[in-house]
Amino acid sequence: MDLIRLANITKIYKNHFVETKALDRVNLVIKKGEFVAIMGPSGSGKSTLLHILGFLDKPTSGEYFFEGKETSQFDEDELADFRNKKIGFVFQAFNLLPRMTALKNVALPLVYQGIKKEEREKRGVSMLKEVGLVEKKSNLSNQLSGGQQQRVAIARALITNPSLILADEPTGNLASIQAKEIMEIFKKLHQQGKTIVLITHEEDIARYAKRIIKLKDGKIIS
Amino acid sequence: MIDFFHIFEEAKNSLLANKLRTGLAVLGIVIGIASVIILMSLGQASQKTIENQIKSLGSNLLTIIPGATQSGGVRSALGSVNTLTLEDALAIKKQFSSSLINDVSPELSRRAQVVFQRNNTNTQVIGVHPSYPSIRNTKLQSGQFISQTDVDGLRMVAVLGPQVVSDLFGEGNNPIGQTIRIEGKSFQVVGVTESRGGTGFANQDDIIFIPLSTAQKILFGVDYLSSIAVSVREEKQMDLVRDEIGYFLLARHRINNPYQADFRIMSQADILNTASSVTSTFTNLLSGIAAISLLVGGIGIMNIMLVSVIERTREIGLRKALGAKNKIVIFQFLIEAIILTLSGGILGILVGIIITFILSNLMSFIFTISFGGVILAFFVSMAVGIIFGYYPAKKAAELSPIEALRYE
Repeated sequence: MDLIRLANITKIYKNHFVETKALDRVNLVIKKGEFVAIMGPSGSGKSTLLHILGFLDKPTSGEYFFEGKETSQFDEDELADFRNKKIGFVFQAFNLLPRMTALKNVALPLVYQGIKKEEREKRGVSMLKEVGLVEKKSNLSNQLSGGQQQRVAIARALITNPSLILADEPTGNLASIQAKEIMEIFKKLHQQGKTIVLITHEEDIARYAKRIIKLKDGKIIS
Repeated sequence: MIDFFHIFEEAKNSLLANKLRTGLAVLGIVIGIASVIILMSLGQASQKTIENQIKSLGSNLLTIIPGATQSGGVRSALGSVNTLTLEDALAIKKQFSSSLINDVSPELSRRAQVVFQRNNTNTQVIGVHPSYPSIRNTKLQSGQFISQTDVDGLRMVAVLGPQVVSDLFGEGNNPIGQTIRIEGKSFQVVGVTESRGGTGFANQDDIIFIPLSTAQKILFGVDYLSSIAVSVREEKQMDLVRDEIGYFLLARHRINNPYQADFRIMSQADILNTASSVTSTFTNLLSGIAAISLLVGGIGIMNIMLVSVIERTREIGLRKALGAKNKIVIFQFLIEAIILTLSGGILGILVGIIITFILSNLMSFIFTISFGGVILAFFVSMAVGIIFGYYPAKKAAELSPIEALRYE
């Protein structure tokens, strides 16, 4: 079954002087359960593609079908809902809220679903178990190491049981040992049947994926 | 439905996380609100204090003062001319029956330098007749007042107000029997009056009484009066007696046209009105200053809210990426702004009331709190907090999540 189908997706950025075509008539199908790596030089449009896939940005033209539903005309609140329920994000810079415990960070997406505190904490603890950090649940996020922070971020991405996990250079800020740990978690998630799309420019990270998409100048070249 | 308690807790945590910034914001609000309350309350208190003092002088009192005379188109200021004499006062007393008036008090008041040993003070010296205390509600604390014998004999005796006693002799010392020098002439102290309160220009304790004859002939060398006080028997006859005295004096001064009268008769109500208009100008001035400090406090809140929203742009981006809708983000910052202004507001009201209490004790004002001031200050600061909390939060919430996440 197709999880994602992009048809002629084009994204143009405008400022006062120039128009930049970040994506140029991209067509792409990603099936449920796939593990995809997007590669390409900087400026190739891979981040833009990931943002559009994650409903963080809207395409200028083209159609985006998610679980068979056309989404390019969604309004802000519908996009927020989809980001919350369908997508789990993992960022290069972790993006945890400092001065907040690991558990609260993990459970944050559930706040926006209006789920009660006990339920949030119960599910947060089980997600932290999943990434092997349950003993750190009461630590403030800025007291954790980089690798631990990224594991908390993965737990946060998983907590809403999303259809798609998007990772933007998740190992870019990590040493190679920690990077390997993170990739092992993604591998495990893939084995559990999760759909994962990640951006990287490192070949050995991309090798964890089962399919590699190469982008150049806003076009898929392979 | 969103977990309201969670949002409240997050707002609390974020305010506590940056204690210095939160403290400064609250301080700004506290100063703004407290100063509005203090200034407006003190304005009201001074007004009430002055009113009470004037009322304490007796409501049946008519005061005649020398008035403007018109001579060749030049109009001199009230009180600057010398048209009232002791004879006028005595004639009024003789003319009006005791069914209409109680008594008449001729007065000559000047400021003079007074010395006792090494202490000296500049105070109001007033020449009076024995009728003064009953008309002006003045009571003796010790000794005796100026008597008819003192007036007839041009005696060099003086009765002191408590302020003068403490200035010249020090608190608690008995001045009776001592000799003071007024403008270089020796006077024996024979009595001390009770305190009547008041401060500054309205201080009714900073006064020395001497016989009128002594004041006119020996001390100041003049033959006119600065005022004549008449106490009317019945309050409802005030207007009648006032008109009668007016016509009587016009006839005595041989003036046909009442508009050219060389004196003015004022009732306590007139004096009260004059004083009220002065003090209300004063209160308005204070309110103006208070409004400025409130504005400054408001700008403080605005700055803090603006900074707090801008420096958390990335956080806003992340929350939106995790599925927070715009209105939730705005709501969260609004709650922060409200907690900030509400706590600052309540603290400001408390501080304002406490400082007002201390100041009114120090200045011996009546302690009153201007409730208008409290409500005004509170709502203005609330409004400022909400508007300036809402506006930057709305702008930040409307950024696209990627832009907000990239914000450095």
